[in-house]
Amino acid sequence: MLLSHPVPSLLRRCLVAVLMLPLLLAAAWALADEVAVPPLVHRVTDLTGTLSADQQASLEAKLRQLEQQKGSQIAVLMVPTTQPEDIAQYSIRVVEAWKLGRKKVDDGLLVLVAKDDHKMRIEVGYGLEGVIPDAVAKRIVAEIMKPSFKQGDFFGGINLATDELIALINGEALPEPTRQSSGGGMSDGGILPVLLFGGVFLAEFLRAGLGRFWGGAVNAGIISVLAWIMGGGLVAMIFLAVAAFIVTVSNGLGWLGNSGRHGGFSGGSSGGFSSGGGFSGGGGGFGGGGASGGW
Amino acid sequence: MREIRLKVAALLMLFSLSGCGYNTFQSLDEGVKADWAEVLNQYQRRADLVPNLVSTVKGYASHEKEVFEAVAEARSKVSSIQATPELVNDEAAFAKFQAAQTQMTSALSRLLAVSENYPQLKADAGFRDLQAQLEGTENRVTVARNRYIKAVKEYNVLARSFPQNLTAMVFGYKTKPSFTVENEKAISAPPKVDFDTK
Repeated sequence: MLLSHPVPSLLRRCLVAVLMLPLLLAAAWALADEVAVPPLVHRVTDLTGTLSADQQASLEAKLRQLEQQKGSQIAVLMVPTTQPEDIAQYSIRVVEAWKLGRKKVDDGLLVLVAKDDHKMRIEVGYGLEGVIPDAVAKRIVAEIMKPSFKQGDFFGGINLATDELIALINGEALPEPTRQSSGGGMSDGGILPVLLFGGVFLAEFLRAGLGRFWGGAVNAGIISVLAWIMGGGLVAMIFLAVAAFIVTVSNGLGWLGNSGRHGGFSGGSSGGFSSGGGFSGGGGGFGGGGASGGW
Repeated sequence: MREIRLKVAALLMLFSLSGCGYNTFQSLDEGVKADWAEVLNQYQRRADLVPNLVSTVKGYASHEKEVFEAVAEARSKVSSIQATPELVNDEAAFAKFQAAQTQMTSALSRLLAVSENYPQLKADAGFRDLQAQLEGTENRVTVARNRYIKAVKEYNVLARSFPQNLTAMVFGYKTKPSFTVENEKAISAPPKVDFDTK
């Protein structure tokens, strides 16, 4: 049987890993100077130890309520410093990684405080730029956050600022928040391996029942319809139909097991699923709007 | 034997669909165009803020003629260049566009530097709002440019890798220009505010 040896593919995978390792190390070393974006676990992330547990809990509750009622996602992040980057540079990296706000609505917002730098920033998502334009964000930074921070009252400043931001967002007409349906809507990357295995599975039965060619044709038809239902595009449908046909026509299960084309298929889900009590971004986009300030 | 040939043919077919990179070129090219459109959008937004800013400053500092002239000149230069999506494919025009925008940045920072001399202007609420809007727009310009640079990098890497560079030659895809930083640092450094000439 052609291509049924397990050894070459293992060797290939080892080679790839060995070649990638120095690249990954080099990349990690090059980025070592910049402050890392912390993982998004809670709505309020305090890496400076300024806010007490109670204060964080009360902020979290307020922000969670906003998301449940309005759908909009506000997060608060306190870091010691953003050097060597400007606070705006760091802020856009954070929101691009966290993806606050709902996809297509882009109603996310980040309140960032760099305590040792004495700088703060409100980063506003695309969808909120109408209700919180740069001038308004600047006013909140300068008139609400700055006086409190100058006196060392960080919780007070953040609390009042978030109250103001929530009030503004509540006044804006945004799409209704939807209930999180767990597992609903797989992103594109998730369909392909599932349907490939489905095609292989069906192939056995259809080949036995309908013979090679017709088994292949029916398999191709079923798999492409399933791909369409699960939200795959035309390309995915065609690719899966062709693959299903080929798998049925050839005798092989070992054939598919060795194709190295699984590169882009894995890792389809990136954020957007709120599992249990964890908080994750909804896929919202940011354009660099907002305002910075210092105290 | 026929079965093996069938499998090999199918395998080759599947690989060749993605090997030549034609489809990737299309999607990356569209990505570059979209990011460039966003850059133009943000530069236009900045240009739209300028008249308000100038008239507010003139209200308090009407005799700072040099600065206003510099801003007017920069603005006319910027609007004289046809900022179209096609600019991305023309290196010389792109460089001119970048130079004009840099000149505008420098004129605007001089205008804002002038305001340091006029505390009443600084205290004016309208001026503060305009300043906030300008800062926000400059940040948006930076973000849009960064995204454009990333998109161009992806596109250029593809256009230069083998075997996609062959496809590029066949279809006439050249590498696209990106924003450079060297000249800009010198030109857009904010000038020193000279209190003696007041």
